[in-house]
Amino acid sequence: MPNAAHHIPKEETALHKTPLWELHKSLGGKMVPFAGYDMPVQYDGMGVLKEHLHTRRHAGLFDVSHMGQAILTSVLTPKEDPGVALEKIVPSAMTGLAPEKQRYTLLLNEQGGIIDDLMVTRWDDKTLFLVVNAACKEKDFAYIRQKIGGEVKLEYLSDRALLALQGPEAEKVLSRLFPLAAAMKFMTSAKILYEGAELYISRSGYTGEDGFEISVPAAMAERFARQLLEHEEVRMIGLGARDSLRLEAGLCLYGHELDETITPIEANLKWVIQKHRRAHGGFCGAEKILKQLDDGPSKLRVGIRPEGKAPGANAPDSNSGRAAPVREGAEILSPDGKTIGVITSGGFGPSVGHPVAMGYVESAFAHEGAELQVMLRGQARPCTVAALPFIAANYKRD
Amino acid sequence: MSKTFFSDDHEYVTVDGDTAPAGVAGMIATVGITDYAQNALGDVVYVELPKVGANISKGDQAGVVESVKSASEVYAPVSGEIVAVNAALEGDPAQVNQDPLGKGWFYKIRIANQNELSALKDESAYAAYTKEL
Repeated sequence: MPNAAHHIPKEETALHKTPLWELHKSLGGKMVPFAGYDMPVQYDGMGVLKEHLHTRRHAGLFDVSHMGQAILTSVLTPKEDPGVALEKIVPSAMTGLAPEKQRYTLLLNEQGGIIDDLMVTRWDDKTLFLVVNAACKEKDFAYIRQKIGGEVKLEYLSDRALLALQGPEAEKVLSRLFPLAAAMKFMTSAKILYEGAELYISRSGYTGEDGFEISVPAAMAERFARQLLEHEEVRMIGLGARDSLRLEAGLCLYGHELDETITPIEANLKWVIQKHRRAHGGFCGAEKILKQLDDGPSKLRVGIRPEGKAPGANAPDSNSGRAAPVREGAEILSPDGKTIGVITSGGFGPSVGHPVAMGYVESAFAHEGAELQVMLRGQARPCTVAALPFIAANYKRD
Repeated sequence: MSKTFFSDDHEYVTVDGDTAPAGVAGMIATVGITDYAQNALGDVVYVELPKVGANISKGDQAGVVESVKSASEVYAPVSGEIVAVNAALEGDPAQVNQDPLGKGWFYKIRIANQNELSALKDESAYAAYTKEL
């Protein structure tokens, strides 16, 4: 069991700390390095499984302060919508995004590969608010400045924390503090004045559950988090459950499902490209991406459900045995044993009660129910292509 | 009186001291992962066990234990023949977390060479070892 000790790093001196680091330590957070930050993977007395299930049943509080928050404005005279420039490097409609609305999109390179996935919120006709991945923020900001720096100013908000409150009871809890929260719809945002500070709240998240993301000034982050934790519905949730929740929800994780060689079409994210943008292009990699949209990509992101039980099972009458999880990097084979793809994320889905995975397969095999095989510890075991998400989303759409 | 030994890889080996005199082959031991290991792994969601009848050597892979997040191989702390496996773990792998030294056992092995036990730690040495990790 050589891996066991790796879960407990001995010292992490060079890592960044979020404004909630002291809180994590005081709550028994098991800290691990993640994207250059010392982050809680789980908490004493809870653990990934309980934290996952708590979020699906009640409300989980996540520290996502490691993510990059930035404001995008125009530097042109007169000022214009920064969405005009941003549309050159993302395939989604930005100028058409109404105030207070939020949209998921992808930062693209010239080859149509994905530099990062991000959330864009329109505050007003001159201002966009971006939230990007922790591991990508320096790269993203440099790329934005390189490509559209003559038209926009990017202001990195390094002095703010970001909290996510997720789960079916998130609305009940947050509306005790802000009655307005109950009226917000999925993928909308609001600014709220709270104890003299401006909070940026959006109804969104990364769990498949209803919930909110709340940007707060770093100085008040711990106090605000503790206020939320006073509500009996709320528990602090670590990165382990964040990953299992998003995997069940079929959501991509940058560096796993998405990277600079993968296009939005291959990633099965063509829905991020609105009609107007499909018709007119004008974004990085548009030629390749729009061609793939017409012709179909050669590979596609799919859900994978592992079906293979232990080959050494000694209980012939045991039908209760679970299938073995498959992990990132495992090869996916066709029924006749040819390599046709690879697993990009895999683990156990605590809410669905069976292993879940995502991966890329050749398009010919990318249909729900396709019976394939996946290599696990040197043996080919059965798996099927599964519909995503594995668990129905619980968003507050109307 | 049973006695439990511990490996650096966090497996335990419990032998019943009354079943066979020292030096006599045929001693049966129960093997599993330690409380430290289950705690470090987190919630166990899947266990793969060796085949009954298999002969394994010390250090061989003799199973896999998976938590929500990761997979870890389980190595044989002693050599011998697998005489039983805990099939209940297939349906209820959480027993590894709840009762690692009891209901969460992995397999029983007929120890081939009792001298291998002397290379393992006793409870206090193992406790001191994990404290340093």
